[in-house]
Amino acid sequence: MEKEDGTIIGGGAFLHLGKRNINSAVDIRKLGLNFIRENEENIEIGAAVTLREIEKSNLLNKYFDGILGKTVSCIMGVQIRNMATIGGTICGKYGFSDLLTTLLALNAQVVLYKIGIISLEEYLNGNIEKDILLRTEIKKGNINAKYLNLKNTSTDFSILNAAAANMDGKCRIAVGARPGSAKLCYKAMEYIDKEGINQESVKKAGEIAAEELKFGSDIRSSEKYRKDICSVLVKRALLEVEK
Amino acid sequence: MLSSGKKSTFRGGKMKISLNINNYIRNIDIEPGDVLYDVLNKLGYTSVRNSCDTGCCGTCTVLLDGEPVPSCSYLAVKADGKSITTIEGVKEEAEKINNYMLNEGAVQCGYCNPGFILTVIAMKNEIKDPTETDIKNYLVGNLCRCSGYVGHLRVIKKYLEAIK
Repeated sequence: MEKEDGTIIGGGAFLHLGKRNINSAVDIRKLGLNFIRENEENIEIGAAVTLREIEKSNLLNKYFDGILGKTVSCIMGVQIRNMATIGGTICGKYGFSDLLTTLLALNAQVVLYKIGIISLEEYLNGNIEKDILLRTEIKKGNINAKYLNLKNTSTDFSILNAAAANMDGKCRIAVGARPGSAKLCYKAMEYIDKEGINQESVKKAGEIAAEELKFGSDIRSSEKYRKDICSVLVKRALLEVEK
Repeated sequence: MLSSGKKSTFRGGKMKISLNINNYIRNIDIEPGDVLYDVLNKLGYTSVRNSCDTGCCGTCTVLLDGEPVPSCSYLAVKADGKSITTIEGVKEEAEKINNYMLNEGAVQCGYCNPGFILTVIAMKNEIKDPTETDIKNYLVGNLCRCSGYVGHLRVIKKYLEAIK
């Protein structure tokens, strides 16, 4: 792993799409990272847990309005979800990821072997040295959460996705597939915390989110369309978390 | 690597793995970067077919310890010690489902049939009395470019009803 081109193999679902030459591949399946458990404060998801295991987990479906299961259930087909892992998703920092958006909204923390515990937000935004992800932790609490996306077809990557979480009255809003990796909408979050959630404020918060984030164009959508859709998805997600 | 296309490539010597394929233990030498499809094809399991080569279409589906996975993307080394089921391993049940497909007009070229049938079997084993929504959600990753999906839905409903 210390080697420059040493690569840790997660689920390997998207390894196939790359063009890298891999001289040293490390299989971490036997590290005992396949668990979904809870303690008094947190839900813990091991890095080797597949998306399908998240989808089927009775424990996860009890928390956060079942948003984790709902998020991954719309990712491609059952076959890929049996293969892709949460660890691979987080460490890949994939721009198209649906799960990263939801995890950001839920204020997830990642536990790394060398660095220890840091927020997912810091992990995604910072220049973190190569490390092994052990688990993801999400603080339990009174959380309403909603994930939404827009796709061309049900098995395609999202054109854009958004997640909102209302944690004891404090909102977190994340938008992903911009097509860059998921980001928090700080200004929109600040606005909604000040104004509260109502028909007018969610509309304004959506517009603020669309203004503060950067969007791009690719084969799935133009930058402008993504920006327009952003305000709609954020507005709808906020309305849902208020219910 | 046997499959063509743009892929990450692995360097290194041969690796020895053991696969339980349709209840037969096969000890084989593989390249580190071989995917399961490569290995199965090399061993003569020609029912496993590659199509999109990205894990999106479901054509190359095999059951790994009973769960459907895309063999075109699954590293063979990760399957070491696991049980693999191809359509050859469920011949009797596959023929029954295939007959429903023929009767319901849910098949033309037949290229996607093995992957489709294996996914139906996995669903049947995993979900008791699946609803139409369950069926659609479970089979969403199996694409058919010939016959459309309404026929497939009829096939699954009639087959599940018949085996109750």
